[in-house]
Amino acid sequence: MCGIVGLFLKKDELRPQLGDMLTDMLITMTDRGPDSAGIAIYGEETEGMVKITVQSDTPEEAFAELDGALTSAIHSPVSMKVIDTHAVLTVADSVEAKAIEVLEEKGLRIMGSGQTMEIYKEVGLPKNVASRFGLRDMGGSHGIGHTRMATESAVTTMGAHPFSTADDQCLVHNGSLSNHNQMRRKLAKKGVFTRSENDTEVGAAYISSRIADGATLGEALEGTIEDLDGFFTFVTGTKDGFGVVRDPIACKPAVMAETDDYVAFASEYRAFADLPGIDGARVWEPEPATVYFWER
Amino acid sequence: MEKTPDTEPRQSWTFSNDTNSEIRRAAATGIYDIRGGGAKRRVPHFDDLLFLGASMSRYPLEGYREKCDTSVTLGTRFAKKPIELKIPITIAGMSFGSLSGPAKEALGRGASMAGTSTTTGDGGMTEEERGHSEKLIYQYLPSRYGMNPDDLRRADAIEVVVGQGAKPGGGGMLLGQKITERVAGMRCLPEGIDQRSACRHPDWTGPDDLEIKILELREITNWEKPIYIKVGGARPYYDTALAVKAGADVIVLDGMQGGTAATQDVFIEHVGQPTLACIRPAVQALQDLGMHREVQLVVSGGIRTGADVAKALALGADAVSIGTAALVALGDNDPKWEAEYQKLGTTTGAYDDWHEGRDPAGITTQDPELMKRLDPEAAGRRLRNYLNVLTLECQTLARACGHNHVHNLEPEDLCALTMEAAAMAQVPLAGTNWYPGKTGF
Amino acid sequence: MSISLDMAQTELREVNTTLQAAAKAQANEDYVIENPRGSHAVACGLDGPVSVTVKGSTGYYCAGMNKDAEVTVEGSAGPGVAENMMSGVVTIEGDASQYAGATGHGGLLNIKGNASSRCGISMKGIDIVVHGNIGHMSAFMAQKGNLVVLGDAGDALGDSLYEACLFVRGDVKSLGADCIEKELRPEHIEVLADLLAKAGADAKPEEFKRYGSARTLYNFNIDNADAY
Repeated sequence: MCGIVGLFLKKDELRPQLGDMLTDMLITMTDRGPDSAGIAIYGEETEGMVKITVQSDTPEEAFAELDGALTSAIHSPVSMKVIDTHAVLTVADSVEAKAIEVLEEKGLRIMGSGQTMEIYKEVGLPKNVASRFGLRDMGGSHGIGHTRMATESAVTTMGAHPFSTADDQCLVHNGSLSNHNQMRRKLAKKGVFTRSENDTEVGAAYISSRIADGATLGEALEGTIEDLDGFFTFVTGTKDGFGVVRDPIACKPAVMAETDDYVAFASEYRAFADLPGIDGARVWEPEPATVYFWER
Repeated sequence: MEKTPDTEPRQSWTFSNDTNSEIRRAAATGIYDIRGGGAKRRVPHFDDLLFLGASMSRYPLEGYREKCDTSVTLGTRFAKKPIELKIPITIAGMSFGSLSGPAKEALGRGASMAGTSTTTGDGGMTEEERGHSEKLIYQYLPSRYGMNPDDLRRADAIEVVVGQGAKPGGGGMLLGQKITERVAGMRCLPEGIDQRSACRHPDWTGPDDLEIKILELREITNWEKPIYIKVGGARPYYDTALAVKAGADVIVLDGMQGGTAATQDVFIEHVGQPTLACIRPAVQALQDLGMHREVQLVVSGGIRTGADVAKALALGADAVSIGTAALVALGDNDPKWEAEYQKLGTTTGAYDDWHEGRDPAGITTQDPELMKRLDPEAAGRRLRNYLNVLTLECQTLARACGHNHVHNLEPEDLCALTMEAAAMAQVPLAGTNWYPGKTGF
Repeated sequence: MSISLDMAQTELREVNTTLQAAAKAQANEDYVIENPRGSHAVACGLDGPVSVTVKGSTGYYCAGMNKDAEVTVEGSAGPGVAENMMSGVVTIEGDASQYAGATGHGGLLNIKGNASSRCGISMKGIDIVVHGNIGHMSAFMAQKGNLVVLGDAGDALGDSLYEACLFVRGDVKSLGADCIEKELRPEHIEVLADLLAKAGADAKPEEFKRYGSARTLYNFNIDNADAY
């Protein structure tokens, strides 16, 4: 049970303000999710390189000399940016799989990876999480945030959203899935594994597994309506945009706003209150069992 | 020639006469069996726990002389006006409609005399019960029958019903016989039709929405009333934790033995966890959130004796709530109506067709003639007496364990007679210091 | 003269306390709420003649349980606007989110834009006029009152309907279980004309179709089991 926010900028000149706008939206959703918060931010891209976001509960130890160690393990240059409990390691895309393997062996938790996506999530109130990571100062083309009120799985970093199960893809969720255990087993048989007990991660894994099988993101989202049981409003991020889908019953709230500058998503209208030009925006609610998509 | 010995006719365990009679009933009618009351199957219960009275290592208190307090305050977290009760036993929500007006009045009279609260139900608030209840909890249910801001403000607390033990996750269907003119009027429904109740609230789903609903209820009632959240005992750890996160002042946790006015038998018997099994996970959730005793826990579902009360409190509840037992105290299923129970095809103790409105005891009915059989004053006194006995029994056990307040009872005052009870209550099997799930020996 | 309350500076509790006191005092005052910023439970529990204009959009449960008061939202309203309203008039200039007028017992809810899903769910006597469209599952288990829709209705209109009257001018995507089209008789035209006039709606009663309960679920019959 949670609050979701999303912001997709249509104008490049707004990019430096993305983090600032998203942070206010995220903090407004604190009541819906005081347990943990997270954000996926789609920022700068370096040709041929990929960013891997990792987390550690003992960052000082874990991140000391990590770039050097990784460089020698994968025989390829690594650059590292440490922010609080998270580190973003940039490596050549050809060695991504190897790098993730090495990082996991070192006991680091993989938050996600991609050419532009970085994921930051932690336990705690959204405002504290935002300030720890300096979300306000982050720029980018689009971002998705989540505040969590944990239902059945634990209040941990790994249980926080967004969940990423493929490069540059992430998913946040408001609701509660009722067939996630079955689906987890089904995906595991196909060799798709999840890292937490969280229902949303299964939704994310389902979507990326469908895409790996050749479906478009749109088709994969359509598939959630058929194959996932329970209540959900999903927002999914990709390198080029974001998508929204609600289950057919559509009890969990969702509201969208669009201006010439941006498309915004939130669980409640309140999250839009500080967005520039919101009074003149087109504001509407996504229909049930309908996939929406914005791409640049 | 000698006759071959006959084997005795052998009944099937799987297809017992009871089972077969239900198959025949289903085949004849095409509708599931609807009845009142709670689960009738045997489940591990408080009977499987015993108290460890004081002797040498602890000192008992002298009965009747040395103080053993029973008072409880509910709703201390946010409400300006918490509910102060003399005894840790409240009367659970039972609707006007399922019960007659005089029965509701009797509950109010008995509870008020004993110093505790009563609760409305799925049918709005009546003058009979408001007038005779010193403390009245107003239930806020999915149907919202008779819901209005005036009654909300004249209630002493508001209980948002998310689920009940007899049917966690269920709505219901009350057949039309009891929807008389008065009941229908209060519920804005035509007379005599079946009532299909929703399983979810019409204007919110989930704890994140519930938090906002609670804000609205508090804003309408000047932040005075404690907000209770009632859940059916199914996933007590999560449900308790989420109720706390949504802003509850009090959590009412109703185990599977909890009663209902009318629900599918399959629901009553096959959904939910025994009350005994619900308490420890709920208390654990409160402890994990640092909210044990800050948010009060009221446990219901199969509470019958002062021993049940004491055991529920020892496991961590702040109070208990009774429904079925209160009805029995009023006169439900009394042997004096045996001849009439027989005519209805049932017997004393087994009468559960409360939804049909033909209750010989005049309690679960809207029939004016049957209603007259219950004298609300006399029935109220019986309920008061019964509540007093429960309290005295609970005090007796608390004193025996050396406590000057019933809330000082603790799990360490208990042992279990069975492995099941030991596992569910997380108290040691008698004679050992071990319960299933506990590591080490 | 209207009295202004600015939610950028005034807490919700204070705003509602002020409005509730004014309503109770029967002072017939006019209030303006500035900067609601999507706040929840704005102007809820008003219990008397007071007029409130909210300058902007509101969150959940605006004007909840309204009695006698007139509340106007000059923006859009979040979920459950005017829920369980008893009397009075609530007007939404923009759109209303889901559960608009849920379980309302009386009064008029006038939505100038569209209403989302579950409009008039479990309504118990309220009148709702929606100038635009309404979403799916509207008037689910609606017991009493009138729902008038100038635009289109979404899926499963009037599912498990009791005695509420539904009037739709546009298309109905689908009817819910036990909801059927019924004859629009002179008494209905009269009710409609009155509601359209009160709501300031530019439509003729004759343009509407009426939907109501087939009443086949009123008493259990095994042949209708599929509808449950």
